[in-house]
Amino acid sequence: MATSTEALISVQHLVKSYHNGAVLALNDCSIDVCRGEVVAVIGPSGSGKSTLLRSLNLLETPTSGAVYFDGVNLADPSVNIDRHRQKMGMVFQHFNLFPHKTVLQNITMAPVKLKKKTPSQAQAQAMALLERIGLSDKANEYPNMLSGGQKQRIAIVRALAMEPEVMLFDEPTSALDPEMVGEVLDLMRSLAKDGMTMAVVTHEMGFAREVADRVVFMANGAILEQGTPSQIFDAPKDPRLRDFLAKVL
Amino acid sequence: MWWSNLFTEMRPSDFLNFSFLPKYATAFVRGIEYTLLLAVFSVLLAVIPALTLALMRLSKNRLVKGISGAYIALFRSTPMLVQLSIIYYGLFYAISLPRVTLLGFVDISRFVPGVVALALNSSAYVAEIFRAGILAVDAGQNEAARSLGLSSWQSMRLVVLPQAIKNVLPALANELVTMVKESSICSVLGMAEMMFAAKTIAGSTGISLAPYTLAALVYFCINYPASKGIEAIERRMRRGDKH
Repeated sequence: MATSTEALISVQHLVKSYHNGAVLALNDCSIDVCRGEVVAVIGPSGSGKSTLLRSLNLLETPTSGAVYFDGVNLADPSVNIDRHRQKMGMVFQHFNLFPHKTVLQNITMAPVKLKKKTPSQAQAQAMALLERIGLSDKANEYPNMLSGGQKQRIAIVRALAMEPEVMLFDEPTSALDPEMVGEVLDLMRSLAKDGMTMAVVTHEMGFAREVADRVVFMANGAILEQGTPSQIFDAPKDPRLRDFLAKVL
Repeated sequence: MWWSNLFTEMRPSDFLNFSFLPKYATAFVRGIEYTLLLAVFSVLLAVIPALTLALMRLSKNRLVKGISGAYIALFRSTPMLVQLSIIYYGLFYAISLPRVTLLGFVDISRFVPGVVALALNSSAYVAEIFRAGILAVDAGQNEAARSLGLSSWQSMRLVVLPQAIKNVLPALANELVTMVKESSICSVLGMAEMMFAAKTIAGSTGISLAPYTLAALVYFCINYPASKGIEAIERRMRRGDKH
């Protein structure tokens, strides 16, 4: 649901290598994500999808290339990355909820500590978010009391509490039991409907086809093909994409 | 038997000849208290320097990392008695302490150098405990905190350290047990802890063995239950650790 064509994130010639260039995780990747757009990144494991996504908020430091967010090159070491990360929510495969904090504290910690909200404002917002996902009764539980699907939905809400301009999802359903995948995808679907800008690394082809505005196919650290879901899934051009789709569909 | 005359001067009862107790029980109990004070204070005093050393050790700055590494190496590779002597005769020769006695039996001018030496030594070991504890916290925790926009220090303080400290509490308690034993070395410099009490009693009564047997018994009765208790707590913590 692209509402404008202005690029919120612009990745230019991104290279990430390990062991002094012996391993090339990203090989000259360039991609834009526009405001309000949902971009799904698909590809075989080890193709660099997660590395690309993690480069967007500099959890991976690029070897070379630029990552523009709101016009600022985050790869520039003089940029205060913490300030920009506040506007980029991230959801991880393994949830990474803070086990020593309650659900409510997980959600309110960052907004309060970063002085975006007073404790009472943050709490009211957290309760509203928990209400939205139907987990307000879990506010004072610790994460180890929750199911995987509940944990991931709370992790999403924790990122939303910072009121980000973009949400990055790193295989958000890959660690879930099959019966819990649906509830997490439903929440992501409703975020997309609300116009949230999203970049999603996923193995859920059905979700990519249905929700994404654009699908990006990666293999061996390079972006090989991108287009609308129907272009990618119904008329794939690259032989490796065809091969990949034949295996997963 | 050929060996029977090896033991002519010694009877089994010598080990347990506690006839000194009525007269010296108070002195001995004070020795026990002194030992416990030394151990508790030195471990408590070691916690903050140890945490600092551990964070320095994990720093990206090579100089900061090197200083911490050198400190840890120095204190782990030289004998405690040598460290104690250098600190007592060197550092506390320069710093003169008041001759004040606390609780009626703790002479500050000896106790403080003892605690400082034990704490400096202990902080090298506790630093490694903390470092391992910090590294044991899943990297995803730090990533999640950083991705929310928290600074590296905020992530460390609010997310990583609380989990690391919980993980290392049993190891810290074990360090306390170690210190109860190691503090016996302070007797060499005249600190009136348990070993010193035993030595004094042996010297003034002529009962040369039993005071040390009693000291051994008391050390054991403090440390064995303590370490068993720690093991039990560790087991329970591991059970509650599913998250």
